[in-house]
Amino acid sequence: MGTARSMQALQRRRAITAGSARPRPNAPPTSPSTPDGVVGRQAGQRPAERAPITSIAPLPSTIDQDRGSAIRLRDVARSFSGAGAPALVALDGISFDVPPRQVTALVGPNGCGKSTLLRVIGGLLRPDRGAVEVAGERVSGPDPRVGFVFQEPRLLPWTSALDNVAFPLLLAGRPGAERGARAGELLELVGLEGFGGARPHELSGGMRQRVAIARALALEPSVLLLDEPFSALDALTRERFGSELLRIWERTATTILLVTHSISEAVFLADRVLVLSPRPGRVVADIPVSLPRPRRRSTLDSAAAARLAQRIRSHLAGAADEPVAAEAWGLPETAPEGPPGAFPAGDPIAELGVPAWFDPFGREDRS
Amino acid sequence: MSAPPTAVARGSEGAATARARPGRRLRDAMPVLLGALLFVAAWKALVVVEGYPTFILPAPEVVAGRFWTAWTDGTMWPHAATTLTEIALGFLVGATSAVAVGILLARSRFAERVLSPYLVAAQATPILALAPLIALWFGTGLLSKVVICALIVFFPVAIATMVGIRGVDRRLLEMARAFRATRRQLLLRVEVPAALPAILGGIRVGVTLAVIGAIIGEWAGGERGLGVLINLARGSLFDTPLLFATLLTIALIGVCLYLVTVAVERRLVGPRG
Repeated sequence: MGTARSMQALQRRRAITAGSARPRPNAPPTSPSTPDGVVGRQAGQRPAERAPITSIAPLPSTIDQDRGSAIRLRDVARSFSGAGAPALVALDGISFDVPPRQVTALVGPNGCGKSTLLRVIGGLLRPDRGAVEVAGERVSGPDPRVGFVFQEPRLLPWTSALDNVAFPLLLAGRPGAERGARAGELLELVGLEGFGGARPHELSGGMRQRVAIARALALEPSVLLLDEPFSALDALTRERFGSELLRIWERTATTILLVTHSISEAVFLADRVLVLSPRPGRVVADIPVSLPRPRRRSTLDSAAAARLAQRIRSHLAGAADEPVAAEAWGLPETAPEGPPGAFPAGDPIAELGVPAWFDPFGREDRS
Repeated sequence: MSAPPTAVARGSEGAATARARPGRRLRDAMPVLLGALLFVAAWKALVVVEGYPTFILPAPEVVAGRFWTAWTDGTMWPHAATTLTEIALGFLVGATSAVAVGILLARSRFAERVLSPYLVAAQATPILALAPLIALWFGTGLLSKVVICALIVFFPVAIATMVGIRGVDRRLLEMARAFRATRRQLLLRVEVPAALPAILGGIRVGVTLAVIGAIIGEWAGGERGLGVLINLARGSLFDTPLLFATLLTIALIGVCLYLVTVAVERRLVGPRG
């Protein structure tokens, strides 16, 4: 990162957060009794009584009243019921606050509901219980204040990169000229100026994911949710992409919540790492990352970074020296939802007592 | 810090330039010409070796000559125009309603359960057997042919639409939902464009069936059309070369319509990764 550019970014950031000092995570954590913000949940404890985890770097209370949290979760739970199978509790009593402009990484073993949590915050899934607030307002359904970046780029293959970035604006009914101008700006922001006319299949994997980030920023969301955005990229692109994301973050006023499999990625990117437990997903540790910004790849080689990674890893495995779950090496996570081909409950033909093999007009789905 | 956006595969452009090169075009056309040449030669050989009279199997040059005179003396055109109108209207009605029903079938399990037995049954019933009935109900004018065409086009397009819409990547739908697409936007901006290749595949089949539908409708009763001309040539005129010339016209119409849909498909769908 060029010094001039980072200075510029800094100034811009100052302008954005004018009047309110941005909370730095270097400060000591709030709750001294739990050094890592670890919440020991005792058996039989009622979820409503559980103390919410707010032990991020201390926020001056004035800011808290002025601007509130960018994201606030209170006792969020969500389970999935499969056909016949007992309900699968994906999330159970998740509470945390994310102050504005913080980068928070969610780390956890396979199937701990990280993606589910992101979808609940983004309003794509309704929580069974609890409340989600973004910028002080309750989330009920997909929200324009939230931009979503998925694991895969999920671009529309039949349109150009520019139109893909403009897609949310098109859905929002913005006029064509505005759409084009805004999408052009965003492509420039993600470093893809000149690629507006390219179709997704003409772009490399990293470029596609950058288009997806630009698209997520189209409606100027205050919160950016990223669901393992790097998992489909090769190792080198991944490294570059992390720095790229931080650069974009510095130039926009977004709060970032990021799901990742990689501990080093979490340490490199985040101000704070939340560790989720295996199913049902709960926050087991809240670890502030007090590495200076702007960060470089070499930051990760420092002793402080190594200690942080060690700490995160110990929470992931449950004990410090247990073997770590396979996800720590970035193995793909299976989707938390039930199998797509499963019959919905109450299949009409089953009620008629027709044998299962005899169903000439049965579903003809993708298998 | 931004990565230099250099390595990008310009696959489609490369393909486009290759397609435009005349040498390539000639090479593409060669097998078609060769096949036609072989076909005509075999036909001629059959006529010469077996010594068929013209009223059973006319030689290719006789058919070609009759084809030419039928088009130049104005015998063919009014019939061809009538048939083309029937095909166009019937196809339009059939394909549009089929896309609509296909979307309904894809959306609603209930609708699929209720309708699909009738759809399949209607398709399995020979249209040839239904045609006289339809002519009886709708008269021997344009309407009955349009109905028959629409019926025969309906099934492949409806099924292709249903399968296409159901096959749309759920992840794309979730993405659109995350950006607050309404149901209508979801359908028009994501589902239909994503299912377009499948829908157009059904339309390819449908368009050739529409030609058959029009001819069958004309056989079942009508004053004008290529089907009527076939009957005339075979029965009252006893002009087998004209019969073959008509068949040739019908085949050419079918091929042209097919090529048009392929061209439309290429334009609409374009290269997708």
